[in-house]
Amino acid sequence: MLQIHNLHATVADKPILKGLSLTLNAGEVHAIMGPNGAGKSTLGYTLGGRPGYEVTDGSVTFDGADLLALEPHERAAAGLFLGFQYPVEIPGVSFVQFLREAANAQRQHRGEPPLSGGEFLRLAKDKAALLRMDMDMLKRPVNVGFSGGEKKRAEMVQMGILDPRLAILDETDSGLDIDALRVVGEGINAIMRRADKAVLLITHYQRLLDYVKPDFVHVLADGRIVKTGGPELALQLEEQGYEAVA
Amino acid sequence: MNGLAPLPTRKQEDFRYSDIDALTGVWPVPVEDILVPTSQSTTLSIVEDGGERAVARHLSVVVEDGAAFDLRVLNTGPAFGRIAVDAWLGRGASFTLGAAQLGGGTQTLEIVTEVTHAQPDAVSRQIVRTVLADRATGTYLGRIAVERGADGTDAEQSVRAMLLSRTATANARPELEIFADDVKCAHGCAVGELDAAGLFYLQARGLTPAQAKRLMLQAFVAEAFAGAPEEAALTDKALARLGDLV
Repeated sequence: MLQIHNLHATVADKPILKGLSLTLNAGEVHAIMGPNGAGKSTLGYTLGGRPGYEVTDGSVTFDGADLLALEPHERAAAGLFLGFQYPVEIPGVSFVQFLREAANAQRQHRGEPPLSGGEFLRLAKDKAALLRMDMDMLKRPVNVGFSGGEKKRAEMVQMGILDPRLAILDETDSGLDIDALRVVGEGINAIMRRADKAVLLITHYQRLLDYVKPDFVHVLADGRIVKTGGPELALQLEEQGYEAVA
Repeated sequence: MNGLAPLPTRKQEDFRYSDIDALTGVWPVPVEDILVPTSQSTTLSIVEDGGERAVARHLSVVVEDGAAFDLRVLNTGPAFGRIAVDAWLGRGASFTLGAAQLGGGTQTLEIVTEVTHAQPDAVSRQIVRTVLADRATGTYLGRIAVERGADGTDAEQSVRAMLLSRTATANARPELEIFADDVKCAHGCAVGELDAAGLFYLQARGLTPAQAKRLMLQAFVAEAFAGAPEEAALTDKALARLGDLV
């Protein structure tokens, strides 16, 4: 589904990704772990197409198409979802309006008919319930006044509504208390654990992986994957630290 | 300033940013007198969306004791659009101005206000939101005069401009002239660009760049029309214009 080959990327002319290669197949969950500054968030933003994250070498194909040639909104319409480490507050715009426009923009791009107001609200209600989020919160301005944990849950509600094929989740577990972590983990499984979907979890800690069992764990250090293993690698990292393992 | 005055020059403060050539075609500008009698309330919506023309208006409003005047302005259309408002407030009077100026091309749009708190306990609220693209110029000159003895005055100006291109120009000059002791005068003024992080967030969910900008500007402009009797109609017209500008 996703092939990243020898990816090099810079931020403000500073090389961050230095030859990263990774392949995700449909049905798989991959976790990327690594110390601060290794390039984890840069990987997420580069795949999402954020301005300022410049690819200087390498390639990324998504379902056979050149992902890097697409604009951010085209990547979303193609089925990529980027879960933000720090979801952005948009004062004056409600979640409901934003997500309905986003869902319909994606559908239009794919040549599908738009969702009616009623269809969208049923879908939103369903996904909010899955993440145990009060529907009233989705009538509020996007992320404004939300706690860190609420923002992360709202990200997962968005993922449920937009129903992507590939989710790249950048530290979705940070800022969550133990109960919220379980709800979010179960939400990720319910939405994404399917034979035709794939997930790339970017995380510092092993704890989210207790709920969302990865098929592969990669260690990212200095802009490259330096080690790949199964779920046991995450446990080993938790015990011994990055320096000892990678 | 009356209709028989000679054509102003840019040396006059109130016309410093005007398009004098365009003004020539509509000079002299007749003064439109509005009287809101004691304890009455009046609302007025002004929409200037008239194609290529130049439009200049000059309202002179007297809001008598305990009366209220609610003025909303949507200034989008003309090549040159100037709206000047002088408001004189009696004891306990209330004056609201909510204005949006949305300009593109080489338009020059300006709002010039002079609010006089002549008696105690009057309240004035001015919210001006300006969005400018291309080589457009948008100006707000707002003077608040609090006369001797006008204690208990409560005056507020909130002025914000958003530049969609580096070639657009926003001018804002709030001015306070206070001759009473017990007054509350607040003014805030900011000129900025759309938040890049917010734009990327919206696009990462599937909105096109134009849709993302329009959504953020909609929220920005909405404050000017909040609570107006014709809020929905004004907002719709503003949205249509924003759609052109992005």
